[in-house]
Amino acid sequence: MTEFLGLYNYWIVIFLMMTGFYIVIARENLIKTIIGLNIFQTSVFLLYITMGKVTGGTAPILKGSHGGESHGGETHGAENHGAEHGQELIAAAEGHLDSGVDAVVGVYSNPIPSVLMLTAIVVGIATTALALALVVRIREEYGTIEEDEILEMDRNS
Amino acid sequence: MIEQLPVLVIVIPLMAAPLFILIGNRKLVLLLTQLVCWTVFGIAVTLLSRMQDGPISYELGGWPSPYGIVYTVDYLSSFVMLFVSGLGAIVITYAPQSIKKEVHQSKHTLFYASYLLCMTGLLGMCITGDLFNVFVFLEISSLSSYALISLGKTRRAPLAALHYLIIGTVGATFFLIGIGLLYQMTGTLNMADIAARIQPIDHSRTLLVAFAFMTVGLFIKMAVFPLHTWLPNAYTYAPSVVTCFIAATATKVSVYAFIRLIYVIFTPQFAFERLPLDQALMAFSLVGIFVASAAAIYQTNIKRLLAYSSVAQIGYMLLGISMSNVGGLTAGITHMFNHALIKGGLFMVVGCFALRIGSVKLDDLRGAGKTMPLTSFAWVVGGLGLIGLPMTAGFVSKWLLLTSALSLGLWPVAVLMLLSSLLAVVYIWRVVEILYFSPPSHLAQSAKEAPMAMLIPTYVVIGSTIVFGCWTVYSAGIAHAAAQSLLGISQAGGVQ
Repeated sequence: MTEFLGLYNYWIVIFLMMTGFYIVIARENLIKTIIGLNIFQTSVFLLYITMGKVTGGTAPILKGSHGGESHGGETHGAENHGAEHGQELIAAAEGHLDSGVDAVVGVYSNPIPSVLMLTAIVVGIATTALALALVVRIREEYGTIEEDEILEMDRNS
Repeated sequence: MIEQLPVLVIVIPLMAAPLFILIGNRKLVLLLTQLVCWTVFGIAVTLLSRMQDGPISYELGGWPSPYGIVYTVDYLSSFVMLFVSGLGAIVITYAPQSIKKEVHQSKHTLFYASYLLCMTGLLGMCITGDLFNVFVFLEISSLSSYALISLGKTRRAPLAALHYLIIGTVGATFFLIGIGLLYQMTGTLNMADIAARIQPIDHSRTLLVAFAFMTVGLFIKMAVFPLHTWLPNAYTYAPSVVTCFIAATATKVSVYAFIRLIYVIFTPQFAFERLPLDQALMAFSLVGIFVASAAAIYQTNIKRLLAYSSVAQIGYMLLGISMSNVGGLTAGITHMFNHALIKGGLFMVVGCFALRIGSVKLDDLRGAGKTMPLTSFAWVVGGLGLIGLPMTAGFVSKWLLLTSALSLGLWPVAVLMLLSSLLAVVYIWRVVEILYFSPPSHLAQSAKEAPMAMLIPTYVVIGSTIVFGCWTVYSAGIAHAAAQSLLGISQAGGVQ
């Protein structure tokens, strides 16, 4: 049960994902569809960020050269988030050490998912902007943004 | 300079696009766009010609492999880049008059910029060795193609583009979810690195979910039946030039990404032995081939007819991939190339009709064989290729697919393939009959032959379908090398 609730952040992700997806499928109003699409995309941002977060972790900031200590801290912090996750973080931390980074401040969260999501947010904004621009043009041409009415008009023409 | 070529393929069109918007002069931008497209094609040819020395790996910014982004050029990626950039170049050479008629003047520079961005995205999906990069390039190409489709003249164009946008974004987001789950399991985004780390956790449920999300996401982008619903409207209402380019390249690049997903990242053992994806693919493709071909027969709009035929042809490619041996994979990859040429060529023919007759409805094309003989003849030649008559490119890939199916003992598949070709005969012949044996409509009667500037590129593409039907060293030959190296990689992965 605690495992079930302990992963509450994933439940939030799934709830948002399904909400967004349902709105995309079920709504006839084009603007509402776009809102649904946004909720759907946002849930994926959360999915990424939640997988990179280590409880109590901060940003990975370089500090001096005492590599051994930080490595221990890594494993400890990662335990909070399940074994798979921890392994991945250790691998990431080892990668950093191999590539010549001396040490990082205490426990840190994996920054890569957040960085990836910056890109995904930009993509999301571009998509929304384009979608809204298209809706403006559709409104100009048909005078409505209700999909069933538009299809009706197309059928009659 | 020569070792920088892999990145120049992406950087040149990517930088050119915003620059061209700043320049803003229609004629100059057109010339420069053509120049850029042909340059990129030249680079792609050079890259492919250097493949004998083994695959090229380019590290962006000098960051070593699993940490930085890598561009990998091997037989498969350079082959796909070759035909994407080649068709991109030839379509933009063909384009000016058609664009002048079908796109509003004020939008021309934006059109060329989006065209270049679309090409950048498609080439980027081919070349990159980083999974998140695939997503970014996928979105670059998709967003620019939504914009390009919405430039169509009719009022249905923005609606078709919006539908494509909604379905396409859902597909791309599915792909993104899959990448996230894979990253969670392996801690890396580099494709080769993921492949190396995936073996020990083969049985994890997260991996299955990741694979499922990515597969469905790519199926949407490929327009596999029953996820093809965006495609007919998008192809029909887009400007002719856009349809030529997107129909020829976009879905194939997604097929390419799917091949990478199965054969490089996940192994065929995972996809086809642990999961019954091969039977599923076979079923989807065969049903898709029949349903879409049958739908094509009943269309009254020639663009929509070809769009449904595209959905059917994707089925043949997937059929080859699902066989998971060198023969089937070769057939699938060859068909990507051949179908890009055939469908690109046929849509170019349609573009000529649209320019001179001003309509793409079959009723208005009646009797155009008399007033536009060269254009109509190009349709006949391209159509024969689509059916798969001997001496045409379509025959080569279908023959490879057929022999591969027979060698696996898949008799029913072989029989169904032959039957489905008969459906193609029906829809191609229907148009031929309308062009040559019907009393001319008044629109066709007053039509002139298409201008040479459009006919010559059309005939180059249509002619090449005949060339690659007789001489297969550079189509099936390269596809065979690509298939071997793909299966070789996955076997090496199995030994680990």
